[in-house]
Amino acid sequence: MNVTVSARKDPRRVLITPEGIALPIKLASRGSRFGALLIDLLIIAASIIAVTLALVFIARGVAPDLFNKVGKDDAQIPAAIEFLIIVYIVISFLFRYGYFLFFELGPRGATPGKRMTGIRIAARDGGRLSTEMVLARNLVRDIEITLPLAALFSLGSDESLSKWPMAAWLLVFALFPFFNRDRLRAGDLIAGTWVLEAPRKKLEAAMSTGQAAATGTSYTTGVSYKFGDDELAIYGEYELQTLERVLREDRNEAMLAVHEAICRKLGWSPGTGDERAFLEAYYTQLRARLEAGMRMGKRKADKFAHGGG
Amino acid sequence: MALFPALRGGGEIEAAIEAVALRSDRFRQERERDWKRLELIVTRMEKGRIGRLSDQDLLELPVLYRTVASSLSVARETSLDAATLAYLESLVQRAWFLVYGPRTTLWGWLRRFFGGEWSRAVRSIWPEVLVAFALMVAGTFVGWMLCVQDPDWYFTFVSPDLAGERVPGASAEALRAGLFGKTNEDGLAIFAASLFSHNSSVSILCFALGFAFGVPTLMLLVQNTAMLGAMLWLYHGQGLDYEIAGWLAIHGTTELFAILLAGAAGLHIGRSMAFPGTQTVLGAAAAAGQRAAVVMAGVVLMLVCAGILEGFGRQLVDVTETRLMIGGGMLAFWLAYFFLFRRVPPGSEHA
Repeated sequence: MNVTVSARKDPRRVLITPEGIALPIKLASRGSRFGALLIDLLIIAASIIAVTLALVFIARGVAPDLFNKVGKDDAQIPAAIEFLIIVYIVISFLFRYGYFLFFELGPRGATPGKRMTGIRIAARDGGRLSTEMVLARNLVRDIEITLPLAALFSLGSDESLSKWPMAAWLLVFALFPFFNRDRLRAGDLIAGTWVLEAPRKKLEAAMSTGQAAATGTSYTTGVSYKFGDDELAIYGEYELQTLERVLREDRNEAMLAVHEAICRKLGWSPGTGDERAFLEAYYTQLRARLEAGMRMGKRKADKFAHGGG
Repeated sequence: MALFPALRGGGEIEAAIEAVALRSDRFRQERERDWKRLELIVTRMEKGRIGRLSDQDLLELPVLYRTVASSLSVARETSLDAATLAYLESLVQRAWFLVYGPRTTLWGWLRRFFGGEWSRAVRSIWPEVLVAFALMVAGTFVGWMLCVQDPDWYFTFVSPDLAGERVPGASAEALRAGLFGKTNEDGLAIFAASLFSHNSSVSILCFALGFAFGVPTLMLLVQNTAMLGAMLWLYHGQGLDYEIAGWLAIHGTTELFAILLAGAAGLHIGRSMAFPGTQTVLGAAAAAGQRAAVVMAGVVLMLVCAGILEGFGRQLVDVTETRLMIGGGMLAFWLAYFFLFRRVPPGSEHA
């Protein structure tokens, strides 16, 4: 497993794709997984209830006096009713075991509950999520959900303490995701899968397209900002990314503060009214310098680091 | 050149590229079109609108995925644009979910499954199959022997609801009546369906419990076969050995075989976790779980057969000879399929 982060609570992991690319991923939180499970169980319950009602409705239509005869020995079950009962048994079975399989094997690779909470399952080794994995992780659901629930309900009705050890033992399965770092449930463990957050990020605009950025010349004032080598050498990649965030967020107070900080560091007296053009120009020139260093194999992590050209 | 649309870029893009100052932003603008195209395909697939994607889009998905993945590699070495890097990482991950997601169709999977994968999975857990078989024999024996010593044991294994008329001291006629003469009964199909549903749940449980190092699986196997032993003892006492054999065999060879496989699959997981060998515990558990899952998919199918045989076959076939023939035929079929049919299906996911 490709775990680089040691902290137990940190959800970040690194996954190596078959192409050898390291991708930063984030484990789904236990809360969102529980939410997804609740949604799925509600959908299953609602579907079974709907099917039951529909079948009862049909049964009434087929044999109106059926329900008066229940329990009498000579009651003949009409063939149509027999068929409906079989349909009911098969559908309940399919909902119970087939629901998760159907959706997780489908092209979208997630149940409706998982889609709503924005999580997905994936192979832990970074390779293909196989049919066998999805089968394995869903066959274990019984001991994780159904049995612990049944055990809990039976505790309520039972005065003796004899069922407590069994219930405690079953709870171990239900609470399994809390006992390991990768938040695996029992099914994930034997299937070789884990549950990840599905990322969604928009492509932001390129930073160096603005006039100030491209030429160093402010559009509003016409001032041309050119920074010397030693003026750019004071900052590293960390400061560059902070500056990028400030520019992208485009909030006035933040830009004023950063503008002032940089000017102080450079020994310039900060003017006002042209902060954005100044920051864009500084950002672009700093990035050009740092990226040139990168191409030569020299990197400067932050303002305290040496090197970086 | 269709694979690299960016290279066909018109004058418009070149003009835009001229306008950016940074080399890394130029790099980005040259490839942005591929990124956007991959994002469009991925977004549509995530939303389930595959119908709106052309075949060409689907064919290009893996190609674009690799293109964008290599963009990410290059960008990591040349660009300090944090937002673009984050975008690429998320896009590659989204595409990775799809490119390396479950790709087989149900039909294709079934064909491989019946075409050799299932029997191979069963063969690959043969040590556990033998252990489970030994346990079931031992459980039957224990059930029988305990009842011989003290008939009260019978009710330990067979609950009174289930026993019905089949209690110690019942006459041979009463017992025989339970075995035959149900040809005209109603609701056979319901009986079959509920048997299937119940048995499948039990065997899935049997499998799932293997997770706790196989111990509960062992207990479940012994407990269930002890019941079998107790019932065999009861019928033996009234000289109905032959009749009970036929009554059990018609579906039992399939059903007990399925339960045996489910137990073996559970044990396989338990054993792999307890003794992972050179692998990590997690790695061993995952490999065993995937093998066992294939066995289990087959177990559910076998229980469908067993349910039909028990629900219809046993009630409609009222002659012990025929019952034994059907049961023996099924057993021969399963054995031949699992141990003689050694085809390795093409395109298997696991070597």
